[in-house]
Amino acid sequence: MNQLLETQKISKTIDARGPRFAAAITTLVLATALATNNLWVVVLQAIVFAIGAFKGPQFTPYAFIYKTFIKPLLKGEVPTEDVRPPQFAQSVGLLFALTAIFAVAIGANAIFTVAIAFALGAAFLNAAFNFCLGCEAYLLILRARSK
Amino acid sequence: MKSVLPIAIVLALATGYGVWYRRTRGKVVVKTDKGLITQNMVGVALGSRATLVQFSSAFCSPCRATRALIEDVTAGMSDVVYVDIDAEAHLELVRQLDIRSTPTTLFVDRNGLEVGRAMGAPKRDQVISAISAIK
Repeated sequence: MNQLLETQKISKTIDARGPRFAAAITTLVLATALATNNLWVVVLQAIVFAIGAFKGPQFTPYAFIYKTFIKPLLKGEVPTEDVRPPQFAQSVGLLFALTAIFAVAIGANAIFTVAIAFALGAAFLNAAFNFCLGCEAYLLILRARSK
Repeated sequence: MKSVLPIAIVLALATGYGVWYRRTRGKVVVKTDKGLITQNMVGVALGSRATLVQFSSAFCSPCRATRALIEDVTAGMSDVVYVDIDAEAHLELVRQLDIRSTPTTLFVDRNGLEVGRAMGAPKRDQVISAISAIK
């Protein structure tokens, strides 16, 4: 995490509405995964999370949908935000998706359900309440790690 | 319909949390027994009437907005000092003051006593009334 911070000291800003729209799609995808218990839906979502986590949330397929179809319809000033908070959220999402995939691999269906449930909850909170995962979780993780 | 049940549970819990989240974030609450805040802790001399101590982190969008808001509100207040602290680089202080999320803004009086704190981005009128409550 520290390295991530160092390399991105001069941070970019992106359209703040993009990640929230992407969270809405993520909510639908993860809800589908939870309802159908379909591993491949989770694998696809994990790929999207991985792009968001490593390349940036503005490069995911969901961001492409936002830029192509939604953004042209929106008027007014573009609210911007630092790219790092949504990127952090994508990393956490990736962690949960990988946990779910791993759970299926070892036949632990309960873990699959719990991991997807947490990811779904976070995505829904982001989409519906503009929940900031980095604000709430990052400091707690740091505090727990350095005790 | 059994498969829809987990979704319903998750969305219900998340909605409950989300409503609570929206209600509590930005609100200035009183938190006591954290000891006095000193110049040594925050790195700047305390204001002659009030000091606002904000804790920020990298993965935090509202931190930027909060900083801009407080800088704007306190501009021209010569008796109020504002300092923005990187929480990650001051984990000892974070633990000592029990900072749990960012942004968290402490409202401190001239003696270093914390009289209130806001978790999350406060609104303009919340900042103004919290500052004017400090005599």
